[in-house]
Amino acid sequence: MRKIEFQTIVDAAKELCARSASDLPADMERALAAARAREISPAGAEILDALLENARVARDEKRPICQDTGVAVFFIEKGAEAVVAGGTLTDAVNEGVRRGYEEAFLRKSIVRGPLDRVNTKDNTPAVIHLEEVPGDRISIRFMAKGGGCENMSRLAMLTPADGREGVIRFVVGAVDAAGANPCPPIVVGVGMGGTFEVAALLAKKSLFREIGSPNPDSALDSLEREILERINDLGIGPQGMGGAATALAVHVLSHPCHIASLPVAVNIECHAHRSAEVVL
Amino acid sequence: MSGTIIRVESPLAEEAVESLRAGDVVRISGVIYTARDAAHKRIVEALDAGQAPPFELAGQIVYYVGPTPARPGEVIGSAGPTTSYRMDSYTPRLLEAGLKGMIGKGNRSPAAVEAMKRFRAVYFAAVGGAGALISKRIKSSEIIAYEDLGAEAVRRLVVEDFPAIVANDILGGDIFEAGRKKYQRL
Repeated sequence: MRKIEFQTIVDAAKELCARSASDLPADMERALAAARAREISPAGAEILDALLENARVARDEKRPICQDTGVAVFFIEKGAEAVVAGGTLTDAVNEGVRRGYEEAFLRKSIVRGPLDRVNTKDNTPAVIHLEEVPGDRISIRFMAKGGGCENMSRLAMLTPADGREGVIRFVVGAVDAAGANPCPPIVVGVGMGGTFEVAALLAKKSLFREIGSPNPDSALDSLEREILERINDLGIGPQGMGGAATALAVHVLSHPCHIASLPVAVNIECHAHRSAEVVL
Repeated sequence: MSGTIIRVESPLAEEAVESLRAGDVVRISGVIYTARDAAHKRIVEALDAGQAPPFELAGQIVYYVGPTPARPGEVIGSAGPTTSYRMDSYTPRLLEAGLKGMIGKGNRSPAAVEAMKRFRAVYFAAVGGAGALISKRIKSSEIIAYEDLGAEAVRRLVVEDFPAIVANDILGGDIFEAGRKKYQRL
């Protein structure tokens, strides 16, 4: 077994929160620049210019890209041969979030209950998805998920008869209904198959894929392209004020499912994509 | 959209509210107040109980924002707009009490748009996700109410050339509807 100290996890989680808040990933910045070059709406082009300038200012001055520094979401792959010494992985990640959000001056956006709405004042608890994999490493992928785009998520339990066209209609319909609200241009995460909760989890997980990279499955790749084209025909455009750039990419993850079911989940990510990864 | 930029003073004069049209590019200067979900709930509760709201609403602009904490020596942290529709259910009540302008992002409900026509008020859209850039136009910030709400407290801001676009005007003009119609391919 390989031992990884509790404090090593705390420091890693803290660093991921702090760094990603002000450093827009290169794939998103490239996608925004490409969208700017293609944008046909003058207002849309000005908005995309402002977003690119905002990314530069945020990085240079270490200011948060967006004031909604999100709910801290972690996808962790823990090697079967790795063991955390001195505490649980969950406690370590939450401690890292607590410190990262405080020390980097990030907004604390978590309330302890959906109805009593009392702020926990340290942005915990984090949302942690843990998977066991072969090996002795721990890989931690982090995303600060904003409330505006998360609120536009949708899930449907379609029937097998709905098929490919049913999936396309549901995803395009979700983006259509979201309109200006999720801060377009967006990345559309789609989870297809599994059960109710697996579809939702896959939709979120798909948002970690590099923007602009092809889906390794050719059938899913063609599905993504068709959905993307139909979304961008909607004309919603940057910030919903009209234009070509509504979505920058569609990412689909699929999973085996029951003979009666075709679950589809849509999880939208805004252009202020705050995400980073570390392998310990 | 490039071209004419209209300078708007806040609090808003009646004539300014009447002359603004959806699609106008504006720069707002003066005093504005922040309020989002939790503060709206409390303001409406105060109005319903016959108590004074935390600031005189007549002529004012409310900015839907929950900024990040200011670093030492800075006025405010990142401070871009939050999604406006969540405030829609409170909006008619605030407009009735004299509020004249709102800054946020995203489209409004038909009831909120109707209330803007009825009570003569405008809705400005700022660029969502440009919080670092927008914070530079905020010259002072002071919490004036509901400090316990943290990021959701009501702040009095002094802004200079705050960039926005008129999204809804007093005639029912709507930039989201118009923009989309122009660029959709069916």
